[in-house]
Amino acid sequence: MAAAAATAVVGVALIFAFVLQTAWPVLTRVGIAQFIFGDTWYPTRGRFGLLPLVAGSAALLLGALLLGAPAGVMTAIFLSEYCPKRLASLLRPAIDLLAGIPSVIYGFFGLISIVPIVRSVFGGAGFGPVAGSLILAVMILPTITSVSRDALEAVPRDYRLGGLALGATQWRTVYDVVVPSAWSGIVTSVVLGVGRAVGETMAVLMVIGNAPRFPRAAGQPISALTSQVALDMAYASGDHRTALFGIAALLLFITMGLVGVGRLTVRRQARQGRRR
Amino acid sequence: MSEYAIELRNVSVAYGDCQCLADVSLAIPINSVVALIGPSGCGKSTLIRSMNRTNELVAKTVTTGEVNFGGRDVYGSRMDLRELRERIGMVFQRPNPFPKSIFDNVAWGLRSNGIRGRKRLEEAVERSLRAAALWDAVSSKLDQPALGLSGGQQQRLCIARALAVEPEILLMDEPCSALDPIATQRIEDLIDELKERYTIVIVTHNMQQAARIADFTAFLMAEQPHEPSRIVEFGRSVEIFTRPGDERTEAYVTGRFG
Ligand SMILES: Nc1ncnc2c1ncn2[C@@H]1O[C@H](COP(=O)(O)OP(=O)(O)OP(=O)(O)O)[C@@H](O)[C@H]1O
Ligand SMILES: [Mg+2]
Repeated sequence: MAAAAATAVVGVALIFAFVLQTAWPVLTRVGIAQFIFGDTWYPTRGRFGLLPLVAGSAALLLGALLLGAPAGVMTAIFLSEYCPKRLASLLRPAIDLLAGIPSVIYGFFGLISIVPIVRSVFGGAGFGPVAGSLILAVMILPTITSVSRDALEAVPRDYRLGGLALGATQWRTVYDVVVPSAWSGIVTSVVLGVGRAVGETMAVLMVIGNAPRFPRAAGQPISALTSQVALDMAYASGDHRTALFGIAALLLFITMGLVGVGRLTVRRQARQGRRR
Repeated sequence: MSEYAIELRNVSVAYGDCQCLADVSLAIPINSVVALIGPSGCGKSTLIRSMNRTNELVAKTVTTGEVNFGGRDVYGSRMDLRELRERIGMVFQRPNPFPKSIFDNVAWGLRSNGIRGRKRLEEAVERSLRAAALWDAVSSKLDQPALGLSGGQQQRLCIARALAVEPEILLMDEPCSALDPIATQRIEDLIDELKERYTIVIVTHNMQQAARIADFTAFLMAEQPHEPSRIVEFGRSVEIFTRPGDERTEAYVTGRFG
């Protein structure tokens, strides 16, 4: 067990060291600030500004969060508080299955159904932030739902009884007692979902159009950090190639930040929830 | 105006096809403390929950018979469950304060009735905490988490929370079983004070406790294993504990079985 943990830690450290070391030349040449905040990504002309990609990723994540988090949490509330047991036992595997579908398939689904819808509703090419956000929202829903649901189901039955026995409606008991009691788990589920969305490459790549421009319209192509790496890796060389490792390093830092946020919320909740 | 706070007539409760209680008739006099005693699993919790219809929140149950509360049948089709549970408060075996501040716990029931005025809430919270003999201990830290209180204080907080919505009857299912003797003593004192204004039904496994605090005691038991329980004897606690009319009651209260 300890050996496995040590392997994991060493593995992460090695990946970090490797990525940073490979990216180092371009980082020093371009300058870290210019690399992250430069507004043009045109690697074949030596322009390595990530801001359009960062903005693209941020737009996708924000959209996925705004759509996926409420939908996932509401689904979890429905499953744990309202849904008859029999129906829940049917829905649970269906939702878990959603998590296991390969992301290429999500990509195809987005390509043939979501992109045309976005095109006819918002105009433009249809490829872009809205199509990407919708796909990501569907992809993170199972994570958010299953982790939130576990948290909701761990709330003692006495809390629910306590609320209902005071003459409150079920809905008030759910949103004002059960949900706050499960809050840390719900936040964790959202952080995990966002973590999944950050790393998601394939499905996003297939529906956002992959033009490294700032997001301006719902149906206009953008690009994202992950998809850009996947696309360029096939042919990039020289500084372009090292710059892709720079992107990888940035992604690692973002993921670490998310894990940190997750741990913080859990710890804060643990302090508040301490009993006796 | 009836002299009874709540009156059960031939009440039977079944969990699925497992009949738990049969033909229970019980009239609870206003402003009295009534104890329900009986061996484990005989249906005391089921009986007390039948009075505010919380059995149906716990499991699928079928209840027959009549529970008369304020001239209306609790199980009648016109009964408003919200109103019923507001007028018949409940305190559970394990203290279950919500993970909120002390103030928000006590104000919770009022807020869910749409009462919002800060002044009114503050008055009600103070009144309820005083009634639950908890005001002096918590008045300076109302905004702190309720889960930081001791077990006995948490249970008194739950009593205050139930009192805040001004119920007529307070149902208590083994309210002291998770508490130490000193906290138990304080709850018993509290029950003694509360009966001036409330009718209290309490389930307890502790014979001394029932004898000390209850004006009336009902002894519940099944004649045979796997048969539904019935009321074996109901009467003034002094009678039940000193001159029981039934030999099973005597055996139980003197600790010869159960
Ligand atoms: N949720 C439930 N589902 C099915 N049967 C139940 C349920 N709750 C209770 N019962 C059955 O009803 C009977 C009475 O249970 P109840 O909890 O009312 O007894 P009790 O007298 O309160 O016991 P205790 O002293 O242990 O608290 C038990 O035999 C139990 O098997
Ligand atoms: Mg019980």
